[in-house]
Order: sequence, then structure tokens, then C-alpha cells
Amino acid sequence: MEQQAAAVNAKVTTRKRSRSLQKGETLAGFLFVSPMLIGVSVLILLPILATIVLSFADWNFVAGWNGIKWTGFENFQKLFHDMQFIRSVRNNLVFLLAVPIYMIISMILAILIDKYVYAKSYFKIAYFMPYVSSIVAVAVVWQVLFQPSYGPINEFLKSIGISDPPKWIADPNFALISIMMITVWTSIGFNMIIYIAGLQSIPKDLYEAADIDGANTWTKFTKITFPMLSSTSFFLLITGIISTFKVFDIIAVLTQGGPIGSTSMMVWYLYDTAFVNLKIGYASSMATVLLLFVLLITWGQWVAQKKWVNY
Amino acid sequence: MNSTTLEHIRKSIITLIMFAGSILFLMPFIWMIVTSFKAESEVFVYPMQWIPHEWRAIENYKEVWLGESKFYLYYWNSIKVAVLTTLISCLISSLAAYGFSKVQFKASKWLFLIVLVTYMIPTQAVLVPQFILYRAIGLFDSHLGLVALGCFSVLGTFMLRQFFMGLHNDYIESAKIDGAGHFKIFYFIALPLVRPAVATYAILRFIWTWNDYQNPLIFIRSEKLLTLQIAIQKFTSMSGEFYSLIMAGTVSAILPLIIVFIIGQKSVIEGIAVGGVKG
Repeated sequence: MEQQAAAVNAKVTTRKRSRSLQKGETLAGFLFVSPMLIGVSVLILLPILATIVLSFADWNFVAGWNGIKWTGFENFQKLFHDMQFIRSVRNNLVFLLAVPIYMIISMILAILIDKYVYAKSYFKIAYFMPYVSSIVAVAVVWQVLFQPSYGPINEFLKSIGISDPPKWIADPNFALISIMMITVWTSIGFNMIIYIAGLQSIPKDLYEAADIDGANTWTKFTKITFPMLSSTSFFLLITGIISTFKVFDIIAVLTQGGPIGSTSMMVWYLYDTAFVNLKIGYASSMATVLLLFVLLITWGQWVAQKKWVNY
Repeated sequence: MNSTTLEHIRKSIITLIMFAGSILFLMPFIWMIVTSFKAESEVFVYPMQWIPHEWRAIENYKEVWLGESKFYLYYWNSIKVAVLTTLISCLISSLAAYGFSKVQFKASKWLFLIVLVTYMIPTQAVLVPQFILYRAIGLFDSHLGLVALGCFSVLGTFMLRQFFMGLHNDYIESAKIDGAGHFKIFYFIALPLVRPAVATYAILRFIWTWNDYQNPLIFIRSEKLLTLQIAIQKFTSMSGEFYSLIMAGTVSAILPLIIVFIIGQKSVIEGIAVGGVKG
């Protein structure tokens, strides 16, 4: 009897102790994560709510707080008839094409560097350089290289017999393509490094088994390498697509959305509307649309992932 | 000829082709450096002169750094912002990463989820409210404001959390038995063990902050507070046709990055590969 009571007693004290221990853990946990949480709440979560709220208002920043007029869905209706916005969305969609292009180049480079070359680290560094370089500096350099009448690229094209080379970023038909070319160039390094990491996680015995079966290089690529890289490709595709919706620096430095709106993208137009024309409500409705795009892609990721990614 | 020699020959040929490709790939950088050493009259001479006829290296850089363009000031601003952001961000992110991975508390999972979700939100979607907030609390047009924008990094937290999770719980359990609290464990045991990961993140954060264009463009007004990226752009539109000087400016802007990258290239590349991070 006494023994039993003692056992119960002991149980109670351990439970008490574990509860107070748990309390301590919770407190410690909150203390560790609170700086991050406070920062994220104040600088991202609250602003995102504010963006959504402001997207239903007509507000010119200079007018002060009393100048806010609530207009419901008017901004969104206006957006769908705003030619410049529609053009920006279309440019964004065209820009998406850059993603598969740099992914293919990166994959080829990664395979070559992983298996078929000497001096691997030189190549990793060389192809990675544009990624670490500041986009502003890089954009300035390309601006000069693309100079239509005496820039090095067109001088070269003329010298090999192309008498009427494109005017690149000064030409509405070529400006977006020029920006895409620069993006391909800067994105290869990052994608290649991720692909190399993906390649290194493929088990070697798969290739050994294929060798025994007498498979050639092409078969090995299509039956082993490519499928085994699918989760890496998927990751890169999603992050790549999302990043195309955020393209800003290069547009701001190189073309400012021009010539005649040919390189205007959602984010550029948003910036222009908010900080140049000071139409806060209208810009917020664009930000809300942008947010919807990104959420849609992220949601699509979860659905598609199950279908075609090999793990 | 046996198959290994054949293999070597094949590998050498591919290496050579890849080398040629890498030179082509690096051409804009090479052109930039060469041009920064040239006299203006030689910049667009065709065929290209890869070695300048007339060396104006010292004059060009002197003009950019000490001339009217006040590069030393913008350099100092960029260094200040990038170093402070890096230090504070490493501290906040590693604290949060430890909290989310090594402290067992109930809310941990969904708090982490909230933090992760914010990563999906494009920074541009919150610019306007951030701008209004900054005007209201007086952080607008200050370096402190820029630092605050850069130092709450979800990516950093996520990346460091991966590494903290890799630490064996036995370390922490045994320290607890010895009577150490979480802050002691964090500082004396966990942090030293993930130091390489923190260093990797620090390098990346430095590079990203140094390269940041959008935040200084929107949140800085005063000429004397501008960071290098904005200054370069202003300088470019101001000096108009002086391409040799512009290139001296861009070389100066990229140089610290190249130095940081070459010193830390191994950990940067590994960190990118492990974390799959995109800045």
C-alpha cells in the first residue's frame, strides 16, 4: 500500500517536473524564434495584408491619409482593361521561355563538368561568376556591348557579313529577347551547381548495371540521368518561374520598360505606378495580382509534383 | 590504343571545348576589365584591342574613386550596410534555426510554416506598405532601415535549420543533463558545430546585400547615403559617353564580390548545392 502510494507520488512529481520542463522548453523556443517572427510579421505579414486592403482603394500618396477613397473592385476592373498592364503580363509570360532554355544549357554543362572534363573547379567558378556579380554592373556592361551603332557585338556581326544587325535593347522587337539572353547568361551558374549536386546523388551502380547490359551513352542519359534528375529539374523550374515574376533590377537599369513598353513587366509597372506616378491603390491591386500568380504556381507545384517526379 | 588513353583523349578534347566556351561566357567581364584600362578614344576601336595601346588604368580609377563621383563614400556605405546586415542576419537566422530544430515546443511546426510561407511572397508585393511604414516610423532614408530589410532572412533560417537538424540530439541531451540551458547549448555547442554553414550563409548574404538594387532605390533618398549599386547607375547616366570610366566603376563594384567569392568559393558552391537557395 505504502509502496503504491510512493509510486503514485513519484509519478505525480515527474509529471509536474516534465510539465514545468515543457514550459521551459516552450519559453526557450519562443525566445529563440521571436526576433525572426517579429521581423517577418512587421516587414512581410502585416504589409501583405495592407497591400490587399489598399488594392480596394484609390489613393494618391501625396493626398495623405484623408485622401483614401474606397472603390471596391474598381482597380481590378481597370487592370483588365489597362493595355500596358496586359502587355506587362504578356511580356512576363514570354519571359518564361528563358527558364527552360537556361535549364537545358545548365544540365548539359553540369553533365559535362561532372564527368567529362579536367579542372572541374575552374569550370564551376567560371560559369558561376555572372551569378555572383552585381546585376547593375553586369547590366551596364551589356548596355555598352549591345550599343547599336558601334558596340562590340554589332561590330562583330557586321564583320561577319550581317550588314543590318538588330538594335538590341533599343529595338522594340529585340529588347525583350536581349534581356532574356542576359538572364540566361546570369542564371546558368546557379542552375548548373544545383544540377551537379543532383548528378552526384545518383547511385553509381545504376550506371554499372547499364554498362553490363551494354547500354550506350545516349541510353544511359535518357533512361538513368534524365529521370533521376527530374526532382532537381522540377525544383529549378518552379524557382525559375517564380523568379521571372520578380525580374526588376535588370529592367530598371537597362530599359526602364521601354522601348515603347516592350520590356515592361508586372513588377516594373508596379514600381512605376507606385513610386513614379504615386498611385498607391492601383499599384497595390497589381501586387495582389502578382501574389495570386505566385500562389497559383506554388499550388500547381504540389499538384504536378506527384504526377511526374521520380524520387 | 587502349580504352583509358582513348578516354583521356576524349576528356582532353571536351575540356578544351569547354574552356573555349567558358572564355566566351566570361567575355563581358574580360571586356569590362580591359576597357577600364583604356583611353576613351580606344574603347570602340574595331577589331577589338585586347591589350590597350595607351594605358590609362591609374588615371581612370583615380578619376572614378577620387573625382567628383565620390566612390569612396558609396563604397563605405555599401560596406557598412552589407557587413551589418550579414552579421545581424546570421545571428537572427541561426537563433531561429536552432529554435525551430532543437527546441521541442508545440507551436514550433506551424510557426515555421508561417515563416516559410512568407518566403513565397515576392518582395515587390509588400513594397508599398513597407514604404508607408518606413515613412511613419522614421526608418526611411537611413542605413538602419536598409539593414532591417535585409536581416530577417527566411532563406537563411531555412538553410541553417537544415544544418542544425543534422546535429545529433545526443549532444544536446547530454548537455542538458549536465544542467546547461538552451542558450548555453546554442552558444557553446551547437553554433560552433555548424560554423561552416553559418560562414557559407554569411558569404551569400554579403553578396546578395552588396548587390541589392531595389531596396536602396526605394528606401534611400539622400545622396550621401546611396549605396554603390545606385551610385553606379547614377554615375552611368551622368558620365554619358565615358565608357572607360564607367567600366572602371563597374570593375570597382564587382571586385569585392569576386574577392569574397574566390576566398569562399568552395563553401559558396556547396552551400548553394545543399540549400538550393536563390537570392
